[in-house]
Amino acid sequence: MRDFAYARAGTAESAVGTLADPGTSVIAGGTELLNWFRLGIAAADRVVDIGGLDELRGIASDGDGLRIGALATLNEIGEHPLVTQGAGALASACLQAASAQIRNRATIGGNVLQRTRCPYFRAEEPLPWPCHKRDPGSGCASLAGRHERQAIFGWTQDCVAVQPSDPAVALAMLDAQAEVLGPAGPRTIPMREFHLTQREAAEAGQPMRETRLEPGELITGYRLPASAGGQAYVKVRERASYEYAIVSAAAAVRLDALLPGAVLPGAPGAGRIAAARVALGSVAQRPWRLDAAEAELPGTPLTREALTPVIERAMAGAAPLPQNEFKVTMARNAAVRALLTAGGAS
Amino acid sequence: MTIEFTRRVEVTLWLNGRDLTTVVSPRTTLLDWLREDIGLTGAKKGCNEGACGTCTVLVDGRRMNGCLTLVVQCEGRSVTTVEGLAGADGALHPVQRAFAEFDAFQCGYCTPGQLLSAVACIAEGHAADDASVREWMSGNICRCSAYPQITAAVLAAAREEPGR
Repeated sequence: MRDFAYARAGTAESAVGTLADPGTSVIAGGTELLNWFRLGIAAADRVVDIGGLDELRGIASDGDGLRIGALATLNEIGEHPLVTQGAGALASACLQAASAQIRNRATIGGNVLQRTRCPYFRAEEPLPWPCHKRDPGSGCASLAGRHERQAIFGWTQDCVAVQPSDPAVALAMLDAQAEVLGPAGPRTIPMREFHLTQREAAEAGQPMRETRLEPGELITGYRLPASAGGQAYVKVRERASYEYAIVSAAAAVRLDALLPGAVLPGAPGAGRIAAARVALGSVAQRPWRLDAAEAELPGTPLTREALTPVIERAMAGAAPLPQNEFKVTMARNAAVRALLTAGGAS
Repeated sequence: MTIEFTRRVEVTLWLNGRDLTTVVSPRTTLLDWLREDIGLTGAKKGCNEGACGTCTVLVDGRRMNGCLTLVVQCEGRSVTTVEGLAGADGALHPVQRAFAEFDAFQCGYCTPGQLLSAVACIAEGHAADDASVREWMSGNICRCSAYPQITAAVLAAAREEPGR
């Protein structure tokens, strides 16, 4: 790791002030940044430490919703009663991420800024193969090589990587807003629009861009609206713990309480959906909300048979790569399972 | 208020109950500092990227990967390594006794990290049963695969010294 100059910020505003210099990086937990430095994914001449800023801490009620400070750790969020009660999908996503010791350091501010786990990207420099993210315009070794874990939506010939964050999927599903502070002052970014697919970035004329966060901006916290009903986060992975998702799904379901059977979870003909939200993870370079399904789900019985075709229609635009067609089926099933669990039917 | 960046940083922290002031380059990880500067080689450098857990230490009682923590981030904090687990009289920590009793290792390379992680797992109240221990100890890899014995040792130590 190349050495750097270090300072502790006294306020969020003063930290942002140092970011006008593009050679300055922010460190909070550091679980991702230090590995970027080691691999040569990022280099900084100066690192400003925001870890001591109490103004960025805390998890509290905010009207009907919640406010979570950017420095809240994944373990703090995952076990906080306000989050487990009001945003269960987020709590579950946090506790299914990484390991217990990493979750004690990793913050929710940094988590959504983690970069892809693509092994062609996460190699030590000098890279022996092309990678558009490491050497813009060089091409994508994964597209020509192994890509079974890569995107089924929004990829381009330049890059087929996915965003691996679990909490980001729950935040997008919950319609959370990121609060950011920049040189021009504070603003908010809806989490469902925070990340960009490769295609969205290319169409915007900024093919290297991965988020809507501007250079020099700092995430200071998140606002979550009032509880969206029963929630679930389903993570499908190659081992039961401490592994990134192959696919994941976050869902929130409100059942129509007026219909008979709604209070008998799992019973034949049980409840119909009044409103639902669902997002997929690790299928694109952004959490993938299934808007078409959300529009169609009200009135749908909470059964696997009824939900599956709705999700299939909403995923009709999937464009799997030669090696990852299985992810379309796996993501569909994860979405159905998340909806069933959120609705109390499994 | 301007922020002043420096390339040598003085850090004061508690290490295994003793207070200590050190001057480091900012990039120095807690793991490298413990092993190379202080001479405490209990925490191991397995993967140096947060994947294996052999470098697990306690910072203010919470388990963390020494390889993902900078010394400069430990200002004013209390760090506990495996060398600080036993009592001043050399009496083993209950978790250490349980690991010996249940044969919870073969080669022993991962054991210092397993021990610190187990101490925290119990204190957090996550050592309720087999499944919770396996979930909450998953950040510590054992390539000898002594997992059944490690799980049994953690549960036994938890019974002896229940968490919060």
